Amino acid sequence: MALMVVKFDLKKRVKLAQFLWLMYWFSVMAGVLVFSMGLFFKIELRKRSEMMDNNESHFVPNLLIAVGLLACGINAMGGKICYDSLDPIKFSRWKPMLKPFLVSCVAFNCLLVLTALLCFLMRIPLQFTLAEGLKNALKFYKDTDTPGRCYMKRTLDQMQIEFRCCGNNNFRDWFEIQWVSNRYLDFSAKEVKDRIGSNVDGKYLMDAVPFSCCNPGSPRPCIQYQVTNNTAHYSYDHHTEDLNIWKRGCRDALISYYGGMMNTIGALVLLVVILEVIVMIGLQYVNTSQCNLANPEDPESESEGWILEKTVKETFTDIMDKMKAMSKGNAVEEGGVEGVATFEVDCWRIGGAIGDEARVKVAEVNQG
Amino acid sequence: MALLKLQFPLQRRVRLAQSLWLLSWLAVLAGAFTFSLGVYLKTELLRRAEVMDNTEIHVVPNILMLVGLITIGINLFAGRVCQDSLDSARFPPWKPFLLPWYGLAWMVCVWLLSAVVLSYALQGHLEESLKVGLRNGIRFYRDTDVPGRCFQKETIDRLQMELRCCGNTNYRDWFEVQWISNRYLDFTSKEVKDRVRSNVDGRYLMDGVPFSCCNPGSPRPCLQNHLTDNAAHYNYEHQSEELNLYIRGCRQALVDYYMGLMNTIGPGILSVISLQMSVLVSLRYLQTSLDGVDPENPEADSEGYILAKGVKETMMDVKNTMFNLLQFGQVEAGDEAEAGEDGEKAATSS
Repeated sequence: MALMVVKFDLKKRVKLAQFLWLMYWFSVMAGVLVFSMGLFFKIELRKRSEMMDNNESHFVPNLLIAVGLLACGINAMGGKICYDSLDPIKFSRWKPMLKPFLVSCVAFNCLLVLTALLCFLMRIPLQFTLAEGLKNALKFYKDTDTPGRCYMKRTLDQMQIEFRCCGNNNFRDWFEIQWVSNRYLDFSAKEVKDRIGSNVDGKYLMDAVPFSCCNPGSPRPCIQYQVTNNTAHYSYDHHTEDLNIWKRGCRDALISYYGGMMNTIGALVLLVVILEVIVMIGLQYVNTSQCNLANPEDPESESEGWILEKTVKETFTDIMDKMKAMSKGNAVEEGGVEGVATFEVDCWRIGGAIGDEARVKVAEVNQG
Repeated sequence: MALLKLQFPLQRRVRLAQSLWLLSWLAVLAGAFTFSLGVYLKTELLRRAEVMDNTEIHVVPNILMLVGLITIGINLFAGRVCQDSLDSARFPPWKPFLLPWYGLAWMVCVWLLSAVVLSYALQGHLEESLKVGLRNGIRFYRDTDVPGRCFQKETIDRLQMELRCCGNTNYRDWFEVQWISNRYLDFTSKEVKDRVRSNVDGRYLMDGVPFSCCNPGSPRPCLQNHLTDNAAHYNYEHQSEELNLYIRGCRQALVDYYMGLMNTIGPGILSVISLQMSVLVSLRYLQTSLDGVDPENPEADSEGYILAKGVKETMMDVKNTMFNLLQFGQVEAGDEAEAGEDGEKAATSS
């Protein structure tokens, strides 16, 4: 008993083919969209690659780009098949290719689902990459005279301004590193000597942050130096003050930025999967309705279309039997009707067992 | 002698109508483009409305928006006319509307040209408006507790960071203003009291700038205070230091930004003008060539021209028509009286 049988007359077949042709064009555009999303994501990752220590994995955007191009190709071909489906001569050229094409569509849809899943999961490795990258970026902030790192200060300042964040986890990360270059420290001054002497590594540490941590929305001019010293500033309590500098850490800011982007892209890919499944089912209907004309010589006769020739369970067992048979070798050439050879009669059939019509035809051939 | 006369056989007339139809649709798109340019320019001006003192410069985007809508309208009309033009039954109803149409199309071109000219001519006004607006912005920077001005600080900070500028003319504008609110000044400390007493108005002035003036591209951490005091910072000389703060003033930055916008918009508008002129000329040729068609022989050749007589003669004709219209009332009564006298003289003499 076939799955979801639908009766088709000529008019319905024509309508189905036209509708499906339009849907395939939408799918091509969806493929272009996926491709451009992958490209956009790749560019965004490259832009901040310094914060990720030049170590980030570009696997997901590359996969999106490849899948987008593949979608364009498959959908364009599907559109061409639909366009030709109403002309029996042209369609007969496509017939042998339809089964492999539909199988590859199924595989492609699985790939799309996998891509969407990867988009949602990419957050996790990104978190680790960013933690490491930002830690190093903060360390190299002062090295504006070291070739290869001289723009780290500018990059980090612009990033903190743009994303409204300060430090790696929070602003206290700036207290643990020396972010003022030695060129601008007067080593003959007592204050400098005290600070350097106060820690093991001889670093000039202070409870201050760079200007890019300042919040423009604060009602008072920015307090960057002696941030934890309440007496250094009039009417200031650093425990309750939260408008002065940005509270959020840059790792959280970047994760939420990229996370949002990836969630959107993943959702979009899932929508494209739904579209692809719809056009695949439509193509199967076109295929089966064209193949099963009640009167093969009369193109205007009625026909039936279905998704699967038998129920899901039987189709699945057929596929398993076929695979077992293939692995056992060529032991089933003779015998005929009870065998599991795939037999091209008029149209292909899913599974291996030959149906009633084919059985009749084989009997005729054997007699004749 | 007609101006720019051309021969129009039937085939050419048909081609002219077809290309005019296409041109008019292009002109509709051009009108939509002009409208959207006007909207874009207006939104950009409104974004920085807080640092502008007056809205004189808004006349440019307003003209662009209005003219864009009018252009869409007249070109839809032109498309409709030329669709009907080859059918001799449907064309005559449109004829009376064509003369006002030419006038309107001509006005559209003049307005667009004036918009382009104004955008350059009003640069001085824009600069004045920005000068006053920024001066007020800097003066009210500290009033974060005064309703109506509490966001001035954030606006100025974001402006300086986005446009990479500092102060009105340059960073020294911040030295002349008290930009720290009194709420955050400890009036019991000696330093504050000295500074407040050092000037007539009792303001807390200092040679320091807000953090938003800092240049992220500077190799050293930003120096905001004691900017003119070389001894206050190690290895610092304020005369030669260029990277610490933004050198450019915000007025110059904003004027450059808006002039850049106008320079980009200018060529677009000029191409819209030329498109509209070509639609106008084509429609005039179509009208005159169809008028010259012999009703008995609709497929014969005809002539098309822009003006029936030369430019000078047409101007004389227009002047005379205007003259007559204006003097219509007085001339009528005078003529009748004269005609009556002449008639009597003729009667008595004969």
